[in-house]
Amino acid sequence: MESLDLMGIKDISPDVLVFWSWHWAKLNATIVYTWIAMLLLTLGSWLATRNLQAGRKLSRWQNFLEVIVTAMRNQIREIAQRDAAPFLPFVGTLFLFIALSNLLAIIPGWVPPTASLSTTAALALVVLIGVPIYGIQSRGFKQYLKLYVQPSPIMLPMNLLGELSRTLALAVRLFGNIMSGTKIAAILLAITPILFPVVMQALGLLTGMIQAYIFAVLAMVYIASAARIQQEREQKTH
Amino acid sequence: MDNLGLIGMISVATAGITIGLGAIGPALGEGRAVAQALAAMAQQPDESNTITRTLFVGLAMIESTAIYCFVVSMILLFANPFWDYVVQKAGG
Repeated sequence: MESLDLMGIKDISPDVLVFWSWHWAKLNATIVYTWIAMLLLTLGSWLATRNLQAGRKLSRWQNFLEVIVTAMRNQIREIAQRDAAPFLPFVGTLFLFIALSNLLAIIPGWVPPTASLSTTAALALVVLIGVPIYGIQSRGFKQYLKLYVQPSPIMLPMNLLGELSRTLALAVRLFGNIMSGTKIAAILLAITPILFPVVMQALGLLTGMIQAYIFAVLAMVYIASAARIQQEREQKTH
Repeated sequence: MDNLGLIGMISVATAGITIGLGAIGPALGEGRAVAQALAAMAQQPDESNTITRTLFVGLAMIESTAIYCFVVSMILLFANPFWDYVVQKAGG
């Protein structure tokens, strides 16, 4: 059966499919698909927000975007227990990018860029860097560093190791889920009637959405735990 | 048996065992987690949203270990450096 995919069945990552290379720089499928996802997100948002209406006559796309943004803002506010505005751009973009890359897998020929460990590692590194930034912004430098020696200075290596391991877990969780979805559909396509690959592809879409949600929620939980106690301190002084 | 056959055989067998054993623990854990979440939702129906969200986050953490086993199994089958090495030596 002629496969519509550009990747062979033996490749586990879109990194191996190189479209163009120049000395050491390679333009591989992961980068191209990431750019396409970025283009779609930016273009879609720009088209939907060209004529923003404040009254009752919203365009359908504006309504759709408002539903998504409001839902994200409410979730963030519930997790962070404070105003969602500083976190919404970062966490919202994480969710939208991962969700769109996973959802577009329904189109033949699309390989989710999140099926490559490079993309998921990059996203996890962004969260690793973002958590201290939000923590320092919220608590101040010394107060944030004090977090690492809670509850006692002996815990310092544990806390550092914990930070690194949860970053690694974020990357490998997303990579494993999405890569396994594409691989299972591809392998089943080679050996079973069309019904089973279709069902597995649907399951892959569902897990893609869930993994996007979980990545964003976990990033928000890490940020919230780093930016939190200021609230309790303010309440104590009142 | 020469190195080529030995490495191939052990890689494939280990890949199968890895994912077979690795799926048991998380499945049991997730079953318990969902059962507790359902009991909690039955006790406090209006907290359903929080319980569901916490359940999903917990399930993702538990699923991670199964995903690690799956990734190791995939590496053994598709991106095995030892297999590539012996194939290269046998061919070259």
